[in-house]
Amino acid sequence: MTFLLGSGAGFSGDRTDAAIPVVRELIRRGQPAALIFETLGERTLAAAHRALRDDPTAGFEPLLEELLTPVLDDCLKHGIAILGNFGAANPDGACGVVAELAARSERGGARIGRVHGDDIRARLGEVDLERWEAESRELPGEEALISANVYLGAAPLVEALELGAEVVVSGRVADPALFLAPLVHHFGWAWNDWDRLAAGMMAGHLGECGAQVTGGYFADPGCKEVPGLARVGYPIIEVEEDGSLVVTKPAGTGGTVTERTVKEQLLYEVHDPANYLTPDVVVDLSAVTVREIGPDRVAVRGIRGKPAPQRLKTTVCYEGGWQGEAEISYAGPNAFARAQLAAEVLRERLTFRAPPELRTRLDIVGHASVFDSDAGDLQRSVPVTASGDYRLRLAAEHAERRWVERATQELLALYCAGPAGGGGVRRQFQRRVCTASYLVQRSDVEAFAALFDTTLFDTKMANERRVAHGAR
Amino acid sequence: MAHADVNQDASPRAGHAVALHRLAHARAGDKGDRLNLALFAYEPSHYETLVEEVTEERVLALFAHRGASRVRRYLLPGLAGMNLVVDDVLQGGVNAALNLDGHGKTLSFLLLGMSVTVDDDPG
Repeated sequence: MTFLLGSGAGFSGDRTDAAIPVVRELIRRGQPAALIFETLGERTLAAAHRALRDDPTAGFEPLLEELLTPVLDDCLKHGIAILGNFGAANPDGACGVVAELAARSERGGARIGRVHGDDIRARLGEVDLERWEAESRELPGEEALISANVYLGAAPLVEALELGAEVVVSGRVADPALFLAPLVHHFGWAWNDWDRLAAGMMAGHLGECGAQVTGGYFADPGCKEVPGLARVGYPIIEVEEDGSLVVTKPAGTGGTVTERTVKEQLLYEVHDPANYLTPDVVVDLSAVTVREIGPDRVAVRGIRGKPAPQRLKTTVCYEGGWQGEAEISYAGPNAFARAQLAAEVLRERLTFRAPPELRTRLDIVGHASVFDSDAGDLQRSVPVTASGDYRLRLAAEHAERRWVERATQELLALYCAGPAGGGGVRRQFQRRVCTASYLVQRSDVEAFAALFDTTLFDTKMANERRVAHGAR
Repeated sequence: MAHADVNQDASPRAGHAVALHRLAHARAGDKGDRLNLALFAYEPSHYETLVEEVTEERVLALFAHRGASRVRRYLLPGLAGMNLVVDDVLQGGVNAALNLDGHGKTLSFLLLGMSVTVDDDPG
């Protein structure tokens, strides 16, 4: 029987009403199904660790309550398992929120499974580490190290489902493993059934970024049209026992599922397509075909699998000092020259108002920015339009807050002391958490699942935790 | 380079230079300081043009100003497309870059601005 995988979110910050039509469709079909929230990336894991450091009760997906509230009741009622890596840096905290929401639901509670084992911060010094092939950064010293999280595979998630969990909360797991797990649980696939595991991983790969396979991150007016992008339907992946899969979306939603949308997502963040590394299987996409079999229905065939890699990727987060940004606009006649003069003035000011090791970058947004190098090669080579609507942007980085504050304040001062007609200054700065990717031996990782005991997370415990963390 | 001297809106005709954007669509993805650009011909008949024109050398030159150190190209004829993997192009990556777009998500359109010559008239 077909198993349905619905996507409720594809990143931290995704639309919080996206899961509603997906769950409605899953219920309407009445087939076995799971709903997946994928909300953790390299950026958001670092942000979560930053949040946890400032507040021990934070560090999980900030939108968790908003994401779950509209669908939790229905999922519990209809036996649709929910899996999410919304635990981020603090899965216990996320479990606490889920428990509270479930307590308020019609059911009055839920079985919550919590995945353990991704956090290897305490053992980082003991394990056999290898630098990921595209990583150039050395590991930071102990004092700068914040966290180390292994990309776990589907096994501990399956274990949670086997324990009867209705909501599975994890921290760092490979994103598509969240989709593979309910398939392994439902179909009973073996852990060495490489082709099926690969197909399940790719079902996850296609679904994990939410709307990116149903018309999001795709529209290019005049070239690639997408109807109803404001109400784009998030994906549902239909998977058969033999691993064949169809990408579709809920009826009556916006967006589009075509060979083109599926092809773009198929290779998203993939490197060698014949050796796409995941914790549970190495996926070979070299013989894949993508075929439209109906409106908003695309079949993907020919996915092959090879034995899983011996090492698992680990994201290491460490102190990255401070980073700030500030911007000011110049518009109308001669705007480019005024923006350029502002940049020159700022550059000169910083030579005597900030230390030489302050790292900076100046863009003139509207002329050259996101495509440019840090040194501004394009800014100098791209043809200039004298009049326009330009925004000078400064980005600065330093180990100490005061110099980033100073640099952005120097941009602010352009209001009165810079060229004519500068306006709309915005300024912000924050601590920065940097990340590096390393590989650990599979045998050094002990991943498992346990049911979350809600009695351990009453208000008193939460307060004690807060005090304990604050005292450090 | 980024804004090559090519009519970005011209229709693809044999022997003429057009922006790659007319022939193909693309998506960028990042992992650390490594960027991947998945590129697909709109029409399978243009796949060969992509293979001839969008070479590792030309893509490396396109991203040279960003410090790109290596480009590897993986052809996927079954999908009428290719995957381009560009190393050291993200100025430190999403958690270290000073670029507004630390992910490099916009860079698929830097690639699509590239000028290509259509050698055979597919019509």
